[in-house]
Amino acid sequence: MKKFFGNLYIVIIMLFLYLPILTLIVLSFNEAKSMSVFTRFSLKWYGEMFHSKLILGALVNTFSIALLAALIATIIGTMAVIGIDGMKQSTQMVLMGCNNIPMLNADIVTGIALMLSFLMFGISLGYCTILFSHITFCIPYVILSVRPRMNKATDTLFEAALDLGASRGYAFRKVVLPELLPGIASGFLLSFTMSIDDFIITHFTRGAGINTISTLIYSEVKIGIRPSLYALSTVIFLIALVVLLVVNWNNIKNERTAA
Amino acid sequence: MTFSKKWSAPFIVFVIAGTVIPILSIAYYGFTARGGGITLDNITAMFSANHMQALGLSLLLALVSTLVCLIVAFPMAIVLRDSKFGKQGFTIFVLILPMWMNFLLRTMAWQVLLERAGVINGILQALGLPRQEMMNTPGAVVLGMVYDFLPFMILPIYNAVMKIDSHLIEAAYDLGAGKAYMYRKVILPLCVPGIVSGITMVFIPALTTFVISNMLGGGKVNLIGNIIEQEFTVNSNWYLGSGLSLVMMVFIIISMVLLEKFDKTGEGTFI
Amino acid sequence: MKKIKWVLAAVAVLGMMLCTGCRSGENGEIYVYSYGDYFDQEAIADFEDETGIRVIQDTYDTAEEMYPVIEKGTADYDVIITSDYMIEKMIHHKMLLEVDKKNLPALKNIDSRYMKKSESFDPGNRYSVPYMVGVSGIIYNKKMVGDVKIDSWGDLWNPKFKDSIVMPDSVRDDFMIALRLLGYDQNTSNEKEIKAAAELLKKQKPLVYKYANDSARDLLADGSAAIGVVWNGEYIYTKDLNPDVEFVIPKEGTEFFVDSWAIPKTSKNKANAEKFINYMCKAKVAKKNFDYLYYTTPNEAAMKLIEKKYRKEEAIFPTDETLDMCDTLKTLDTKTTDLYSKYWKEVKAK
Repeated sequence: MKKFFGNLYIVIIMLFLYLPILTLIVLSFNEAKSMSVFTRFSLKWYGEMFHSKLILGALVNTFSIALLAALIATIIGTMAVIGIDGMKQSTQMVLMGCNNIPMLNADIVTGIALMLSFLMFGISLGYCTILFSHITFCIPYVILSVRPRMNKATDTLFEAALDLGASRGYAFRKVVLPELLPGIASGFLLSFTMSIDDFIITHFTRGAGINTISTLIYSEVKIGIRPSLYALSTVIFLIALVVLLVVNWNNIKNERTAA
Repeated sequence: MTFSKKWSAPFIVFVIAGTVIPILSIAYYGFTARGGGITLDNITAMFSANHMQALGLSLLLALVSTLVCLIVAFPMAIVLRDSKFGKQGFTIFVLILPMWMNFLLRTMAWQVLLERAGVINGILQALGLPRQEMMNTPGAVVLGMVYDFLPFMILPIYNAVMKIDSHLIEAAYDLGAGKAYMYRKVILPLCVPGIVSGITMVFIPALTTFVISNMLGGGKVNLIGNIIEQEFTVNSNWYLGSGLSLVMMVFIIISMVLLEKFDKTGEGTFI
Repeated sequence: MKKIKWVLAAVAVLGMMLCTGCRSGENGEIYVYSYGDYFDQEAIADFEDETGIRVIQDTYDTAEEMYPVIEKGTADYDVIITSDYMIEKMIHHKMLLEVDKKNLPALKNIDSRYMKKSESFDPGNRYSVPYMVGVSGIIYNKKMVGDVKIDSWGDLWNPKFKDSIVMPDSVRDDFMIALRLLGYDQNTSNEKEIKAAAELLKKQKPLVYKYANDSARDLLADGSAAIGVVWNGEYIYTKDLNPDVEFVIPKEGTEFFVDSWAIPKTSKNKANAEKFINYMCKAKVAKKNFDYLYYTTPNEAAMKLIEKKYRKEEAIFPTDETLDMCDTLKTLDTKTTDLYSKYWKEVKAK
């Protein structure tokens, strides 16, 4: 009985999380523009969407920025964790404090602050400023997921490998990196998610001709919701589903081989 | 470890260029008068009646939506731990998936549902029930906040709950603890880090949002985020906008400190 | 020392990353900055095919949002469309380049009446070329308003329409309505008058369903709202979706706008910008854009190509008398802008 209520609760919350998205997906196949009446099955909004340069451009920008930002942030963040380890305790404290700022700060403040500093240095806003900003707010997530993996045990293992005659590079690749890998992977995934989900920071740091999905929707919704946006939602949902399934499937496979 | 510190050089560059300099520039604008010269007016402007009212409303809505998220998320985490819903990876996958639907799409979904001629009213009408007014109210804004930020509350609490060693729970029962007592004295204290992180992940974005209030509030729910955004995009008074943003940073720091204290002394308040 | 070198190298790499690729290709491209959804994409595609110039479009929602972008050089655009008062302000701040009429043979298509109207903000028509004209008015659903005769801005204060009124989400447009209703100048800088208008707007707020910029038409179209404020260009679009919708220009007079092409100082390719503007002035292209937008086109040559049922519609092609009752919104000085902004916040806070 208790189990029943527990599962019921999960189902209710899952419905709450997914029903709005499913609604958009259903409406994307609606021939009429109406939000409340489903007239006939149609793919015409998908046609409209795939003919819209604005939407396609935004789609490409969103995913390329997320991928690049997550990749660069993961590399820089991992390097930082390795480098910081050898620093004085007080320096570490200061750096970690600064690291937390973009994560704790409100997006609107981060976005405005970045925009102001770009303009003060005469950098015109565009793709690169968005990318830079996304890297900035992704690095903390990488560091927070990699750093716990860098502990005494990693240290000792590394020293042991050196004692056994491994070169530093070899020892790093064979001993340290595998230890850090789960943290690096989750840091990358987290960064990618945060970058995809962001609107506010992009809103303030974007420039001419650059739209991501979120900034495009923001200006379109003001004019009125168009069904091609439902089609866009469906496409993004499918992309997310496939990518996350692939990632997850790999995880499961890894777990199996590890065992 | 014997690795050189220079590995963290790119990181330090990003800390300086992406965090320190931007904060200095916002401070520069915040303390500069529109016509030039140093001033505190942009900071004290927060205490004007209009801004205070918006801030008050923002605090209220953020508080309500954080509480709702917490009340929903905590049992969810507990139930997920006990149930055979799936592996941990699968649960996280299910919770992260909506986040990949950009947060504007998620908010738009609620607009589609709640509009006067929207999905819910369409269903009500088909059932012969009267139309409900849901859009453009503070309630709609809170709903949007809860929906958008709920995964940020569930995930950290879920992670904390999953780390709890079941032997601890068994031990508590063996020593004669009742169910309620066990939850209060074992589960909850061990969840505190997750709860605190969840609260900050929800409260701060909710406090400073301007998107949700714009899309679901119909221009009638005026939050402090809306005012700051308007200063930049409509009034082009960057000095005032920066000043108000600086004040928001102080609020964020204060709330962090309060939360820190709160969860040290107030174990078990939520159950 | 070594450490410093490392940091410097990293900074240099970063700098290079930011500089390259931010603006690729200075030739064969133009950056156009306009209100959202403001021309037929087919027209743009035709232009691209015909000239080989790539058009990169970006949109904004309000002219106030656009101004700082151009002013601070946030981004460099070659062509902008913006409204009368903003053109005046930008001319005043020397932010625009003069257009070379030699490069614009199609300029002769533009109705001289509108060229003359433009002179009020651009003396000598030196910096701007009219693209679209719009007149603000009340749109209403004749079934939902019942037997109330709609002909005044005051009808937006009728408690009968509680929760069915859609107002603009823009300081100046809302103040224009309240100021007109009070019999004041819509461009006043008198604080007393502004305050009185704000009081009036505050009184209206409990009746308003939504403050929205362009979505009023959708709410009218699906019957969610009974009465709203829109530009005349939205009327045909809405009526197509909902035949019960009517449009009226209130008796207190109203604002109208002339949206014009202009070339900002930051333009990196003036020749292409002029080619683009000239193309948009061609009769066929202007007609295409009219059929897309249904706003008043100042293009006389295009008017002859437009279907008769639209040409005789007075909402779209206002008479000379109606035009006389209209005034554009003028640029205000910073002090007055701050006044409006302050009282607008009061309205919003209520």
